[in-house]
Amino acid sequence: MIAATLSLIGVFVSVYLAMWKLGWMGIMACGTGSCQSVQLSPYAYVFGIPVAFLGVFGYLATLVLSLASLQPKFITDRRVTLGLIVVSGIGVAFTAYLSYLEAFVINAWCRWCLFSAAIIVGVFVSSLFGLRNQPNELSVGSPA
Amino acid sequence: MAGMKRFYMGLAGIAVVGSGALWVTNRRAASIVPLGPIPMDAIVSGREFQGYVQGSDDAPVTIIEYADFQCPGCQAAWLLTVQDLKARLVTAGTVKFIFRDFPLEIHDKARQAHHAAACADEQGQFWPMHDTLFANQGQWSPSAGVAERIFRGYAETVGLNVEEYDACMAEGRYRGRIQASYEGGIQLGVSSTPTMIIGDQMFGGLTYDQLKRVVDSLVVEPTQ
Repeated sequence: MIAATLSLIGVFVSVYLAMWKLGWMGIMACGTGSCQSVQLSPYAYVFGIPVAFLGVFGYLATLVLSLASLQPKFITDRRVTLGLIVVSGIGVAFTAYLSYLEAFVINAWCRWCLFSAAIIVGVFVSSLFGLRNQPNELSVGSPA
Repeated sequence: MAGMKRFYMGLAGIAVVGSGALWVTNRRAASIVPLGPIPMDAIVSGREFQGYVQGSDDAPVTIIEYADFQCPGCQAAWLLTVQDLKARLVTAGTVKFIFRDFPLEIHDKARQAHHAAACADEQGQFWPMHDTLFANQGQWSPSAGVAERIFRGYAETVGLNVEEYDACMAEGRYRGRIQASYEGGIQLGVSSTPTMIIGDQMFGGLTYDQLKRVVDSLVVEPTQ
């Protein structure tokens, strides 16, 4: 449930950044950060695709997987939770790379990126706990 | 089951709040488009403006560039020629560089881009805005009807007082000056962008090496 909730919040954060990238949001709400410097840097693209767009797809994927893992037919099937761990793990690794760029290459921090980093780490950690606490088919099927 | 129902209701609540926040933010994003006919007196007074200048008045060579922020060739010239020109010849005091507005009619966002740069100039930030517009041409040029919002973001990025920028854009304060620059270019025979006028010669897009050869031919001692 935590992973799904965080993923949904992540979807809205990345949709906001994607809409800003498309020019639909005016000035980026950033407080005292340097969001626009980061978002306008060449590192805001991966293979020509804006990072914010990748974020939308990534969070949608973790949202779908985390909701699927809550469905009764997957309650003992660890594959969905493992899929969630893999996808969010890739997200964590990618976020770590982006944070490195902010700290040492761009020399500017984007609060939205940090918020997103916290969200994806939260999704990853909660999915790990979810896997640990998930009953497997043997334990469900065996007599008490 | 009751717990799951509450969970899904919570998710739905987040979805509603998130969508609402996006919608409100989108609505608030200002759309600032200077439209309508340009008063003749604004064009006449705009003729006094000689362009955006970098370099010393004592430089032996003056280069005037007529360019359009939405023109891909001008972006290439900025990237491949003008930056070197500034770093080497303008800084060395050999060249005085003048940028003049020449927004082509075929480019639907060029006037707004030039006006955004003019409003940045009002706050002493023309060149950062000039560089930002060319560097990000690929972002704003194909955008559908939202370029002015992107320019507003650039205005903030280059450190403008955004309220003053908004007022400048809403008023269309420099439309006459931009039109005067365009008409001045036409009178000189400019028909495409970029056009470089070096001394009394007119060129299209030049590489830095080509440009330097022309400059060298105009000064007594060759440049570095």
